[in-house]
Amino acid sequence: MIATATNQKLNNLRPLIALLIMCLAISLLSDKFLTVNNGWNILRQISVNICISVGMTLVILTRGIDLSVGSILAFAGAIGAGLLKFGIDLPSQNINIGFTLLGGILGALAVGGFLGWFNGLTITRFKAPAFVVTLAMLTMARGFTMLYTEGFPINGLGEKFGYIGTGWFLGVPFPVWITLVVVLIAVFITNKTPLGRYIYAIGGNENAAHLSGINTKRVKMIVYTISGITAALGGLMVTSRLDSAQPNAGLSYELDAIAAVVIGGTSLSGGKGSIWGTVLGAVIIGVLNNGLVLLNVSPFWQQVVKGAVILLAVIMDKTNKE
Amino acid sequence: MLEAKNITKRFTGITALNEVQLHLKAGRVTGIIGENGAGKSTLMKILSGVHTDYEGELMINGKTVKFKNTRDAQDKGIAIIHQELNLFPYLSVTENIFLGRELKNKLGILDDTQMKRKAKELLAKVKLEVDPKTKVENLKVGEQQLLEIAKALLLDTKVLIMDEPTSAITDTEANILFGIIEELKKEGTAIAYISHKMNEIFTICDDYVVLRDGEFIGEGPITEVSENELIQMMAGREVKLHRHNTHIPKNTNANLLEVDNLKIPRYDTPEGISFALKKGEILGVFGLMGAGRTELLETLFGLHPKAVMGNLIIDGQKQRFNSPQKAIKAGLALVTEDRKRDGIVPDLNVRKNISITVLEQLCKLGVLQENKEKTVSKKYIDELKIKTESDQQLIKTLSGGNQQKVILGKWLGTNPKVLLLDEPTRGIDVNAKSEIHKLINELAAQGMGVIMVSSELPEILAVSHRILVLSEGRLTGNFSIDKANDKNILKAAIA
Repeated sequence: MIATATNQKLNNLRPLIALLIMCLAISLLSDKFLTVNNGWNILRQISVNICISVGMTLVILTRGIDLSVGSILAFAGAIGAGLLKFGIDLPSQNINIGFTLLGGILGALAVGGFLGWFNGLTITRFKAPAFVVTLAMLTMARGFTMLYTEGFPINGLGEKFGYIGTGWFLGVPFPVWITLVVVLIAVFITNKTPLGRYIYAIGGNENAAHLSGINTKRVKMIVYTISGITAALGGLMVTSRLDSAQPNAGLSYELDAIAAVVIGGTSLSGGKGSIWGTVLGAVIIGVLNNGLVLLNVSPFWQQVVKGAVILLAVIMDKTNKE
Repeated sequence: MLEAKNITKRFTGITALNEVQLHLKAGRVTGIIGENGAGKSTLMKILSGVHTDYEGELMINGKTVKFKNTRDAQDKGIAIIHQELNLFPYLSVTENIFLGRELKNKLGILDDTQMKRKAKELLAKVKLEVDPKTKVENLKVGEQQLLEIAKALLLDTKVLIMDEPTSAITDTEANILFGIIEELKKEGTAIAYISHKMNEIFTICDDYVVLRDGEFIGEGPITEVSENELIQMMAGREVKLHRHNTHIPKNTNANLLEVDNLKIPRYDTPEGISFALKKGEILGVFGLMGAGRTELLETLFGLHPKAVMGNLIIDGQKQRFNSPQKAIKAGLALVTEDRKRDGIVPDLNVRKNISITVLEQLCKLGVLQENKEKTVSKKYIDELKIKTESDQQLIKTLSGGNQQKVILGKWLGTNPKVLLLDEPTRGIDVNAKSEIHKLINELAAQGMGVIMVSSELPEILAVSHRILVLSEGRLTGNFSIDKANDKNILKAAIA
């Protein structure tokens, strides 16, 4: 028993060891890698992915999946930008409702949360597979974004809004702070609240969870809602950094998020994994991306390498079990 | 035709069959009779090549055979129709008949016309009037049963084994089935017919074989035996378990739970089930496979909200549950039959599996208090003597008996008034079994009401104060323990 416990710990450390080896290798090959600037650069780049991946982790822990996060990110970003810049027009009353910075942010988060909630509702009410439901939402939310932006970016959102994605606070990029808060909240939920325990229980054995009196539908709704909100937050960060809401923002971000979750050791069949693992997974992807760029690897090869790393992570996970 | 000599089959630790004999004769139907766990299914699995590892001899027409697998058994003329039908719902009738034995033309392409022609022929033989192109999901269960026979006829089947073929079909469908059995008999097929239903056995069987606890008890022509004699043979065993219902509930105790005209889902019975459970009483529920025992507990626990009819009164209050949450709040707890599927969360540790039902009570301002959780899990690990390294051990690494104790612990934490137990000692070793029986008795002594479903008669007799017997969704017996014995219980179970 004790032997397997240490084994378990060793297995959990594997991604971390892989990351350290990777860092060592890249720093030997490039002197630009191990610099403070590059460090912040990587962290700022992965903030968005970590944010989305945190929501994705909760969903996957319940044995679900959320493919709609990239589109929700784009739609929420556009809504946030639109509210700030144009407000809401009510032509019949000849009124324009303006939005403060906070109003715009909350509006964007609310839209993301609503779409996530709708995912959860469809999945629990109609017992529909999450894969299909969120695939439909991926398409629909992208369509909403196009409708709302009429296909054009919304630019010029002001310096204050720009602070979200580009600002510095206490010597640390502001988006990193946001992500840190999101991660800490998620860690708290998963470890210290009944909700977190229920998430693991549902992923581990939904029947048993249901028969133990857990409101499994409610938990799932909450999880998809959170995933919508974290995607929206990612949307705000992306929009702010570019000072522009792009209708094509967030394309295939869901895949990066799933990759981070999987590399971080969370099982796609639910019930096993952790938020910290996902953070580590996102860092690995970030460092890999950064390193390959620094080493002048062609972008085509970058994709091949990234895919191979995901494959390796899954194979390692499977062989561990046997 | 087919002969089994001194067949013994051991699974780890238990002997499922001990020196069993069986003679299936051409043109005769042999009824195979026995309680749950008598060894009927195991024997059939050996005959049909599912289990290939056994002691003893199988002979076809006097020649010893040893099947490599089910396909081998089929090729040698032995077909089995399982209780759970083995059809593919989204494939057509023809495709099902020929699955794995498709006819091909010279180019290796499926020969549809040939297969269709042959399928029509077979369907006519079993009097199944459907288009061979029909998808199996659109057939009624009775029709599917006939299709299974057609499948068996495709091969040159000399021995046909049928496991409870009428358990899921209507009387009319059953009559059609009996007609076909008669036809097959005329053609010289030997048939083994497993059934719990005495009237069927006497209607269509020519011979009988009785098994009990894996032992061969007797055989002979059906005309030379009476129903009572058969029941005697099925039941006649000494009760080995010692009694655990030492605590006697007071007669004056109020009714803890009253069930009035409750209908069990899936069964279309004119009359519902009515009974009462007193404080401190252990109610044993017996029935053969498919009697509706599990469904009764599930209905009480709010798992069939749409099917619920009749009344449920707990502690004098009328209740109606549409979810387990409400049932738990009203003081019910359900230990399910299938531990793995419905009980444990395998990758969580013992502590988390115990606390899962009471997590919200262990919180302060919405935050889980780890020390409170530890206290709760320690309490039940100690009280129930759960053998585990620590409360951090994953539950899936515990033995079946200890897993079951963890499940009991998680429910005791909710302070239930009524404990519903579905086969609480299934797949558990003898010692753990005895411990769980003792525990049930102690809980009753503390005033808890217990409803225990079990398919083991000795267990029912050893633990219960009162015994309900179900048969096909009906309540066919209600005995107090001093009036109950294995014979009258079994009689009610096959009524």
